[in-house]
Amino acid sequence: MIRVELPAQLRILAKIKGEVEVEVAGPATIGAVLDAIEARYPVLEGAIRDHGTLRRRPFVRYFLCGQDWSHEPADTPLPEAVAEGREPFLVIGAIAGG
Amino acid sequence: MSGVRLLVGTRKGAFVMNSDGKRAKWDISGPHFAGWEMYHIKGSPADPNRIYASQTSGWFGQQVQRSNDGGVTWEPVSNKFLYDGPTGTHQWYDGTPHPWEFKRVWHLEPSHTDPDTVFAGVEDAAMFRSTDGGASWQELPGLRNHSTGNRWQPGAGGMGLHTIVIDPSNAGRMYIAISAAGAFRTEDCGATWKPINRGLRSEYIPDQTAEVGHCVHRIALHRSKPDTVFMQKHWDVMRTDDAGENWREVSGNLPTDFGFVIDVHAHEPETIYVVPIKSDREHYPIDGKLQVWRSRTGGNEWEPLTNGLPQANCYVDVLRDAMCVDSLDDCGIYFGTTGGQVFCSPDGGNRWNTVVDHLPPVLSVEVQTLK
Repeated sequence: MIRVELPAQLRILAKIKGEVEVEVAGPATIGAVLDAIEARYPVLEGAIRDHGTLRRRPFVRYFLCGQDWSHEPADTPLPEAVAEGREPFLVIGAIAGG
Repeated sequence: MSGVRLLVGTRKGAFVMNSDGKRAKWDISGPHFAGWEMYHIKGSPADPNRIYASQTSGWFGQQVQRSNDGGVTWEPVSNKFLYDGPTGTHQWYDGTPHPWEFKRVWHLEPSHTDPDTVFAGVEDAAMFRSTDGGASWQELPGLRNHSTGNRWQPGAGGMGLHTIVIDPSNAGRMYIAISAAGAFRTEDCGATWKPINRGLRSEYIPDQTAEVGHCVHRIALHRSKPDTVFMQKHWDVMRTDDAGENWREVSGNLPTDFGFVIDVHAHEPETIYVVPIKSDREHYPIDGKLQVWRSRTGGNEWEPLTNGLPQANCYVDVLRDAMCVDSLDDCGIYFGTTGGQVFCSPDGGNRWNTVVDHLPPVLSVEVQTLK
């Protein structure tokens, strides 16, 4: 089970309280986690990644185990601690705007 | 009993404001979608309980919300705005080709007859249509693929299709405006489009009378005279009486003809309203005096309307989607400001009341007349 923490705006949008737990079929990767999130909460399609291209939106970041994984390819395997649910997959709204 | 419902979009949420026909006391709910930019909220003329809202964020992109109960509850519908086919390029600010990229929905225009049909004007400029209440969107690509499209260039606020006006007597005809491409008309419900900018003169483009490239801020018409269209251009107030084939300036005695909004009285097709703004460098009223100007002659002769509006130290702007009129017997005029004020005149502009103050900057104001 992979634990995902979403920013407040997206939790409100998707009517989510607290963390989300998802299971992925196949390798646990960034893309697989986001696919699972969007499948469960279709309203989040386009909110984390662009429609069509599935590129991460510019002001969204992924933090895993204290590291910024935002620029990793979507098929990058997750750290074991995240894949096993000991550490959360953090989706962050970047601080921007000054 | 008749009444009105105001739908106010702000930089940090939406507000729904109800009043009876006197329009003196207001019941205000909100913010809905707190923290999100609400570019535009508009109700269906065919079913006033059906309302569409454009919710957008620099972080999390575009959402479209729909209400089936007059704005009490909302549900997200599709936000999938995918251009139809190759996107091609338009001009970037520096004149280089730049691919079309969807950014946000500026304007939602529901059909006059079908609550499930709604048009969306988006940035980068294109028009989409939904015929299933927002559950899916299809581009009307004839506009973006117009032969002039590769010459369109964004205005300072982006290349948004910000105004959609449906001819009340002919659903196949629509007028739209794009910053900074200009005005366009379709006669076949959006399949094909014609630039309608003859007569416009813009000193900020190399060819001042070019076919496209004009920064049209807003257009409006009266339902009884759909061939007569009024325009607030970047500078200049314009009118056409032949559906946009030829425009002429009607700025007349306005103290400045820069501005964003323009609208037409619900029962007097030659009575129009603008809010003069000092200049494109200074987006606020002259001398800090907020004034609506009214023409009862379809332009050229204008009078200031100040009763109830701040006449000192008021340095706000009134953005393009932030003025509207109701259709009660005493036509109400409404507008919102970047200072978070919403004003109402229940008598066609003679006196103004503050509906609410201190909201986030107001992006749009629409009104529904409820019978």
